[in-house]
Amino acid sequence: MEPVLDLRGITKRFPGVLANDHISIDLMQGEIHALLGENGAGKTTLMNILYGLYKPDEGDIFVKGQKLTIDTPNDAIKAGVGMVHQHFMLIPVFTVTENIMLGDEYLKPGGFLDRKKAAARIREISQQYNLQVEPDAYVKDLPVGIQQRVEIIKLLFRNADILILDEPTAVLTPQEVDELFNIMKKLVEQGKSIILITHKLREVMEFADRTTVIRGGKVIGTAKQSETNQFELAAMMVGRQIELNIDKKTAETKDVVLDVKNLKVLDTHHQVAVANVSFEVRAGEVLGIAGVQGNGQTELVRALTGLTHPVEGKIHLLERDITHAPVKQITELGTAHIPEDRQKDGLVMTYSIEDNLILNTWYKAPFTRNVILQRKVILDNAQQLVSNFDIRTPSALTATSHLSGGNQQKVIVAREFSRPIKLLVASQPTRGLDVGSIEYIHRRIIEKRDDGCAVLLVSTELDEIMQLSDRVAVMYRGQILAIVDPKTTSREEIGLLMAGVVPEAH
Amino acid sequence: MTKTEATQQPKDAFSIFLDELRRNSLTVTILAIVTGLLAGGLIAAVTTEGVYAAFRVSFFGGLKAGLMVFWDTYRALFTGSVGVPADIFNALRSGDGAAINKAFTPFFESLLQATPYIFAGLAVALGFRVGLFNIGAEGQIFVGALGTVWVATSLKGLPTIIHVPLALLGGAITGGIWGMIPGWLKAKTGAHEVINTIMMNYIAFRLSEYLLNGILRDPHKSTPISAPIEKSAWLPRFFDDPNRFHAGFFIALLMAFLVYWLLFKTSWGFELRTVGLNPNAARYAGMNIVRSTVITMFLSGALAGMAGANEVLGVNHNLAVAFSSGYGFDSIALALLGNSHPLGVVLAALLFGFLRNGAIQMQLTAGIPIDIISVLQALILAFIAAPAIIRTMYHLKEPKVTEPTLVAAKPEGK
Ligand SMILES: Nc1ncnc2c1ncn2[C@@H]1O[C@H](COP(=O)(O)OP(=O)(O)OP(=O)(O)O)[C@@H](O)[C@H]1O
Ligand SMILES: [Mg+2]
Repeated sequence: MEPVLDLRGITKRFPGVLANDHISIDLMQGEIHALLGENGAGKTTLMNILYGLYKPDEGDIFVKGQKLTIDTPNDAIKAGVGMVHQHFMLIPVFTVTENIMLGDEYLKPGGFLDRKKAAARIREISQQYNLQVEPDAYVKDLPVGIQQRVEIIKLLFRNADILILDEPTAVLTPQEVDELFNIMKKLVEQGKSIILITHKLREVMEFADRTTVIRGGKVIGTAKQSETNQFELAAMMVGRQIELNIDKKTAETKDVVLDVKNLKVLDTHHQVAVANVSFEVRAGEVLGIAGVQGNGQTELVRALTGLTHPVEGKIHLLERDITHAPVKQITELGTAHIPEDRQKDGLVMTYSIEDNLILNTWYKAPFTRNVILQRKVILDNAQQLVSNFDIRTPSALTATSHLSGGNQQKVIVAREFSRPIKLLVASQPTRGLDVGSIEYIHRRIIEKRDDGCAVLLVSTELDEIMQLSDRVAVMYRGQILAIVDPKTTSREEIGLLMAGVVPEAH
Repeated sequence: MTKTEATQQPKDAFSIFLDELRRNSLTVTILAIVTGLLAGGLIAAVTTEGVYAAFRVSFFGGLKAGLMVFWDTYRALFTGSVGVPADIFNALRSGDGAAINKAFTPFFESLLQATPYIFAGLAVALGFRVGLFNIGAEGQIFVGALGTVWVATSLKGLPTIIHVPLALLGGAITGGIWGMIPGWLKAKTGAHEVINTIMMNYIAFRLSEYLLNGILRDPHKSTPISAPIEKSAWLPRFFDDPNRFHAGFFIALLMAFLVYWLLFKTSWGFELRTVGLNPNAARYAGMNIVRSTVITMFLSGALAGMAGANEVLGVNHNLAVAFSSGYGFDSIALALLGNSHPLGVVLAALLFGFLRNGAIQMQLTAGIPIDIISVLQALILAFIAAPAIIRTMYHLKEPKVTEPTLVAAKPEGK
């Protein structure tokens, strides 16, 4: 059978980076083909080339046997290729219909938009693939999972039959992930073909037909799912054996570092997001906060780090009342914060890596002396961290927006881990990272713990919580339902708690 | 990344426009200026009655007449803003000081015209860098001029070395306060500075009329105008009449350097730029957005106030109503043209200064209405603000495709 898509010898150079080095990949009709590779391996770049956002320096693209030059996304769409980006491209204040029509408008005589007709088509597509998207809803009111489906409909609306999904599951709740994969199955059943980029080996093993591993811009190999396993793929990806489970000593807990009492926090819509939450974190332990996204974790972390202030309750850090303290004071007391939304809160995307690495210590010696920025020190610091934390970039002066998603995350981790801290608040610290980097960051978190740092780990990945935490607090609807010991509690029990089911015995 | 790209940063339309503008390359800016200049000449030709008359006689005659207007326009613009090459040459050869001074006067007059543009352009650019839209430079110029005139007329018997700085400071502080009020309102109540700076403009205009009809008015004059300022407060001039070039130009350059230094070399500037580029990240990093907003609006107002002070102390030596003739509004355009970078602002201000000065000459010798220059400036800006037009016209690719790192990978401000 002839492949619907055949990329041959694609090469792309950026200044100082060979992002794609003669990559060849094919895609069969009705296939889910996974692309696996480290952060910065060149996956997104390859797909951007296929989608007409970048021009390849070398190589050919064949769609259904025909050689094509794809210069713009429009060319790609004409060829039936559609892409859902790592970061969505929707306009929040537009309705679903308006977003989908944008660039491909249905017109009534006289040049007016025919929203009705478009909405009808969207309903039809939505039904065909069981997407359950309401055309008249405003995008800003939709959960991330649904926004993603809007992106998918956008492609189907334009009759794409080759779909590229770039890390679609990174921002989804486990339930949304299941739903997405059901949708993907429906899509391939009806003859669509999908290229799926992900870092999650489990998803690859469960849902892909074939997997191609890319490392350093080169294809390392392509494997059928039936003929490989997670460990082999992981090893191919990073070029060494990966320890998927890290072993750690039992925690030696010391004094209380963070003490939270009866905390009540409102969200931006003035609704109660955190209700009567109390817990403490001691030096030398990891307290994991498990829970499905949107159960108050975001607001809890914002309150602890001073980005918002609670309406009730008290927060003490090292016996100091920080309930209403400004961010700067909390940072100076020794708090590090890996924020949940890296591009919104954690980075200035147009800044160089160098500048992002001093984002919350910019005013301090040695980076600033007598209000003058010490450029040499700042650069040295950056070069050191780039190599220590294995940030893949041509230079420390590169704009952060030019880094791959995972490497952006490493910039934040490097910054927060590189100063002496007493409390680490880590929110989704490994979101979007490859297995090698996850292993690395997990090790560093445990190292911090063993150094006597108190760690509050917020993650929607149950695996991560179970692996790292010494105690697990489960959050549900703004409350902590229980604090359990992960060694004596099963995944299933915690899973039930996350769904709000409290066991009878308690 | 729990939200879509666009919701991540609560940006208003202005910020998005600025971001887009910043993606413009130098090529776009230069092509916009060239295209604007050419289009200006075309408009001059098209609006000249004589050209039509010539076309009625013969096609080639018409074409020739059109080209002549084109040529005359630019020649007048050049000689008006730079000088007559032959005069300069002869004067230099004769070695006669007065003749040399006279021959170079148009050139220095252009620098003189550029000076208030530099101050006011810096004011707006500084605001832009911090994500603030100071549309109130015009009002701040007026208020600054009032402060300056008060210091320059009421203090007597001071030496120049003290009186000039004091008078400049008077303008800077009053202009700064005028800018700080909308900044404070924004920080405390969220009221958008665009609205409030515009409102403050109206108050400033009426306030200056009121004061110039009241306590600041020169009782010996029939029109509302202030008393002449003390000689000791004059910004020193370097040449004899008619060359009015004065020290204000160098003060403006110094301010440009200071703004550059503040923004790109100091920890304060790092904070300000971060607030401008991503307020959420600034908050996360423990930066003080309220303080940044208020301070920036003060500094911005102070720079605009210095433009007013410069005109009073260097050129007019008194203050009349409606003296500014739109420097504050042009400066918004100018800051955009200069990509909100102090060096860019200086270059853009020089361009505007030369155009404005040349236009006067153009009107005198070529009979081309001075308004052509306004049209021309507007065209240049339209081309800058709509780079898509320029990109399409010259078949430039989207910058992100052609040079992904080269531009942005350089650290800011180097
Ligand atoms: N516009 C650009 N300019 C310069 N370098 C770039 C640009 N885009 C990507 N790169 C570089 O190309 C390499 C590949 O990046 P790419 O985004 O394709 O990685 P990725 O495999 O998608 O990684 P991740 O899993 O972290 O998203 C990286 O080293 C990155 O820094
Ligand atoms: Mg990527």
